[in-house]
Amino acid sequence: MTGITGPLSRRTLFKLSGAGAALLAASPAVAAPAPPKVASKARIVIAGGGAAGLAAASRLVERLDGASITVIDRRKDHYYQPGFTLVAAGLKPRDYVVSTTTQYLPRGIDLIEEQVAEFDPAGNAVVTDTGRRIAYDFLIVATGLHLDYAAIEGMDTALIGKDGLGSVYAGPDAAVATWKEMARFAETGGVGLFGRPATEMKCAGAPLKYTFITDDYLRRHGNRGKSELIYCAQNKGLFSVPIVSEKVRMLFRDRGVKVAYEHVITGIDPGRKTATYKTPGGTVEMKYDFINVVPPMRAPAAVRQSPLGWQTGAWAADGWMEVEKATLRHKRFPNVFGVGDVAGVPKGKTAASVKWQVPVAVDHLVADIAGTKAASVYNGYTSCPLITQLGRAMLVEFDYEDNLTPSFPGVIAPLEELWITWVMKTMALKPTYLAMLRGNA
Amino acid sequence: MKDLDPMVFVAVFQEMMGPLMWMLLALAVGGLVAFAAVLAREGRLVSRRLVRSEIVGVFGGFAALALMAWVTLSGFSDAGGPVDWLLVGIIWGAGLVGTTILAYAVQGLVAPDRGHGMTEPQ
Repeated sequence: MTGITGPLSRRTLFKLSGAGAALLAASPAVAAPAPPKVASKARIVIAGGGAAGLAAASRLVERLDGASITVIDRRKDHYYQPGFTLVAAGLKPRDYVVSTTTQYLPRGIDLIEEQVAEFDPAGNAVVTDTGRRIAYDFLIVATGLHLDYAAIEGMDTALIGKDGLGSVYAGPDAAVATWKEMARFAETGGVGLFGRPATEMKCAGAPLKYTFITDDYLRRHGNRGKSELIYCAQNKGLFSVPIVSEKVRMLFRDRGVKVAYEHVITGIDPGRKTATYKTPGGTVEMKYDFINVVPPMRAPAAVRQSPLGWQTGAWAADGWMEVEKATLRHKRFPNVFGVGDVAGVPKGKTAASVKWQVPVAVDHLVADIAGTKAASVYNGYTSCPLITQLGRAMLVEFDYEDNLTPSFPGVIAPLEELWITWVMKTMALKPTYLAMLRGNA
Repeated sequence: MKDLDPMVFVAVFQEMMGPLMWMLLALAVGGLVAFAAVLAREGRLVSRRLVRSEIVGVFGGFAALALMAWVTLSGFSDAGGPVDWLLVGIIWGAGLVGTTILAYAVQGLVAPDRGHGMTEPQ
């Protein structure tokens, strides 16, 4: 952004960023005048220093005076995960998504560079992988999720970037490796397989985006005609929000992307370049020249094996945290909150959700300390700038009830492929995300 | 979106541009102040200088579009709906107006004495 000159772009940027901020914005706590700090000696532990953990730490520091706040995370790097797709599309370098946790950690926070190995909510303590037991008065679980590549038979993340095997999620290096394979595929054409797991997942729009981006690159190389793109949907829809699912169905029809409904990947043979899918009619094998593998996603083992997960229902098996969907407070352990990907709520494994979830959870936690009641509510807001070709995206925003919740009704249509949405995605989203980490947005 | 706090905008812009944000703000405010000062000193708009500034401004508008294309790895040719064309117009218009004001102010400051000679006949 070093080339911006004159007052010209300032105005434009202001307008654009207004829209960009809206993607991640919508925090009732943000607009309220800063409340006085609450004096407290409470011990607060935040398990996980990703987007949700850092945002929670920043906000707690602003709200509390004298509290002991500890973030536990072994990984030193911080990943801007919404940028992974752009890296895997060859549009941004690896550096775009990698920074360090300490860059965003506010003063007055203790960082323990270990990993929580055990949650003991009945004993109000966590145990790290070095065996250290840390007691707390309040716990915020922001561990993110576990990419269960091992659940796909024959899958090896070391093979990402070889023989047509791609997987955007596995990390910055995997995103770069996936781009190299996809770029090669765009030059040769062939069969491209896409899809998503049957589990809950982060940013359910990402596998769709990558299908559209690959389609566009094939067209740009003149190889779309000799290629076949197949999207393997895990159920009978393409997106959990019905109106968005219909729109994507129409776009896939327009782009000639075939859809194999109720196809869930169970295995892969990188040597033979075949993927195995579970379908209602039995096991199906499909050949590929390029595949974007999206693994099943579950709560991290430490959460899954703890009493924090759902005990019954659809989310019990994968261990997602049993939290109230409006407040992110644990249903059985009221001094525990779950934010970000690990939260067992119907929607919202995105940074845009974190943006709204964290202030709500922090509001309720601080109210507990102050002996008051908080009124803030998370309505399931999630946002996805769904890229439909290079240079255009649909701004899809929705809530728990599958309602569309456009930030600019009548101006930016939610189901229209627009440049302005692409502009927001490439320009304003990362700054808004970084401001969120610092508790400023 | 429920609320938009101006401080959120400031925070986002700081993340986006860093120190450049304050330099741009200074440039914008400086340009407007200089323009107002030139206007106040001369007591009128010097038409020929204004026309010249507007010509520069037209290029400024295109420069703004080029800048956006560079920053967003795309371009106005990707416009897909009315709001996109509106955005293209706003970018171009903002570039034009900003550059025009700056160009007028700079010319007025660099050649203050010649300003009077360029006044259109009344």
